[in-house]
Amino acid sequence: MKIYIRSASSISPQETFNNPLFLNELSEYPNNRLTCIEPDYNELIDPKLSRRMSRIIKMSVASALSCLKDAEITNPDAIITGTAYGCLEDSGIFLANMVEQDEEPITPTAFVQSTHNTIGAQIALLLKCNRYNNTFVSGGVSFENALLDATMLLMEKDTDNVLVGGMDEITDMSHTVLSRMGLYKRKPVPNRDLFKLNSKGTIGGEGAAFFLLAGTPSKNDIACIDALTTFYKPGDITETAQQVNSFLTAQSINCNDIDLLITGNNGDTRNDEIYVQLQQLLFGGIPTVSYKNLCGEYPTSTGFALWMGANVIKTNSIPAILNYKGTAQNKINKVLIYNHYQNTHHSLILISSC
Amino acid sequence: MSATVFVAGIGVISGIGNNTSECLNALEKGETGIGKITYLQTNHRGLLPAGEVKLSNNELAVLSGFSPSVNRTAMLSMIAAKEALDNSGIKDIPGLRTGFVSASTAGGMDKTENFFTNFLTDRSKGKLRDVIYHECGSITAIVAEKLGIRNHVSTISTACSSSANAIMYGARLIKHNILDAVIAGGTDALTRFSLNGFNTLMILDEQYCQPFDENRRGLNLGEGAGYVLLTSERIASLLKKDPYCSISGYCNANDAYHQTASSPDGDGPYQAMTGALKMSGLRPQDIGYINLHGTGTQNNDNSEGAAIERLFHPHYPKMSSTKSFTGHTLGASAGIEAVFSALAVQKGIVYPNLRLQTPMKAFSFVPETTFSKYPELKNVLSNSVGFGGNCSSLIFSKL
Repeated sequence: MKIYIRSASSISPQETFNNPLFLNELSEYPNNRLTCIEPDYNELIDPKLSRRMSRIIKMSVASALSCLKDAEITNPDAIITGTAYGCLEDSGIFLANMVEQDEEPITPTAFVQSTHNTIGAQIALLLKCNRYNNTFVSGGVSFENALLDATMLLMEKDTDNVLVGGMDEITDMSHTVLSRMGLYKRKPVPNRDLFKLNSKGTIGGEGAAFFLLAGTPSKNDIACIDALTTFYKPGDITETAQQVNSFLTAQSINCNDIDLLITGNNGDTRNDEIYVQLQQLLFGGIPTVSYKNLCGEYPTSTGFALWMGANVIKTNSIPAILNYKGTAQNKINKVLIYNHYQNTHHSLILISSC
Repeated sequence: MSATVFVAGIGVISGIGNNTSECLNALEKGETGIGKITYLQTNHRGLLPAGEVKLSNNELAVLSGFSPSVNRTAMLSMIAAKEALDNSGIKDIPGLRTGFVSASTAGGMDKTENFFTNFLTDRSKGKLRDVIYHECGSITAIVAEKLGIRNHVSTISTACSSSANAIMYGARLIKHNILDAVIAGGTDALTRFSLNGFNTLMILDEQYCQPFDENRRGLNLGEGAGYVLLTSERIASLLKKDPYCSISGYCNANDAYHQTASSPDGDGPYQAMTGALKMSGLRPQDIGYINLHGTGTQNNDNSEGAAIERLFHPHYPKMSSTKSFTGHTLGASAGIEAVFSALAVQKGIVYPNLRLQTPMKAFSFVPETTFSKYPELKNVLSNSVGFGGNCSSLIFSKL
């Protein structure tokens, strides 16, 4: 079953939000931390409400509301979010408060907003949406699980459209902890040069991307989702290649039918080796782009990738700022997004022109 | 798409027992698992009661096969999930596409709390091994790995309704023929984070909780894990023993009223129950027992009670809140209560609502106060209501 992407909205470290131009200029970051470019929320959310919201909540709610507006949907049949870390800022505030106050925290606000479902709940509350509401926290495939849930709902009865989003934020604390764990490059690397160096570590990123998905076509659909799958800890590259092949076979296509491959390279040699091997095994000669020089690495970065892939199809163009290899097809009909998060969770999303 | 999903295995660990038979025994004898906090290091020891699992981290490590340095949430998950897997007998069937859908709200917070104490004084301090499994998803992953499950590994977090949504999602993965079998449910350890969070909201009872009592004062937190092993009809027919029951209906709805409080009319729980009934094709009078969300807070019991009154008046099923035994185990609660519900419908039994003295005056129904045999029991409804308005109901039906 085809799933139609009626609208897509992204708040990211690039000028992606409400920008009619599609990735026309690279926003540059000098170090290992890419931060979202935030809009003026006053135009989007009642200031009385946004005042109490943390950054990730504001970014997500703004992205969700804009997505609904573009799709001309006032109240969706379901709201599904995916976030690996959830509301880190509020969790950190409450935790610090609790430790510093020796278990006599002053205010419950941060606790109340620390739960992973806060974003989905806040959107439901703003829209007075009583329908299906779910939140996935599956690490590197949180967004993919949300998408899978959405596609299943659209195949079931009673659901015409689903608002689905993926979001994660960086906080000072999380950046420090993830740096100590060795996730990021030791020396500051500008995002412009992410793919020019052969070294360990990546650069940190964040973002909130929302999509209005429908089971039936409309005149303004951006692109279609043909299929998606996830797999966990493949034994080796042969198993990964098998997963990709059987995924494509189930759609009655093969690697040569892919007009553009979007891969999750993050500049870490250990991480990117898998993409290199897979390209050698399966995708030789297929035009390929990577995207984490734009948004950084984070567990729900495939939300950004889907927004980008859908817009590539919509505009039939590959922005110059992408790390593009190969010769473009005249018409980009099929785009495959392949990402893995630290070689644990892997995902494949196949999208096409409607 | 319309295929039936069966409960072929169950596993549970909670304040009233470390496995299904221990929990069932306590339910029958009316023995609560709520008591003085003895395992969690907290200033609230002796002041706030809780339903702790009666095992230290070292003892849980032995039972789960994890190192004691792994967080308590993961160890609880492993013990209950393995029980459900072993109990089902699906291991004897080769080549199954098996998934693990686990829910949690606190994740590895019990260890993160330790990390933070040192980290706050100096950002280069704190043992990284204490935060490596902070994320809820990473707990599901390490348990899945130990169980040998790789086909589908996912985690849901919708506050107190988390594991009801995990069970729904698992059932749907089977109906869509994505998986043959799924271990679905949830896990949560008692943490200082949750204890203090609920304490600042002033909804914890300093005495033992009294769900659905006119004079109820709040909830007691608990901890544990509960999973059901779900299979398709085809797989269920290959198993040596009969399934416990089927999952005939489910529904997820949002109250959309307030971030933490439930609406006075119980719109969310009403819609969840109504939706689950509609899906199962059952009428309200077909429900024989409701396993209530029944936290014991003023707000929850009012809201849930109002929804039950609206839907069931004047033919009320038997009902009780087993949180009077286990405490409120948050992300694990609907998983634990799914196990209790599956047992209720399979065995034809109904659990008591402990410590009920004065039934709520606003309603004309009265929860059960004794353990009883109820051989005619055909359908059990289990409710979950959570922060963020997330409400879900599940219906377990006799085969």
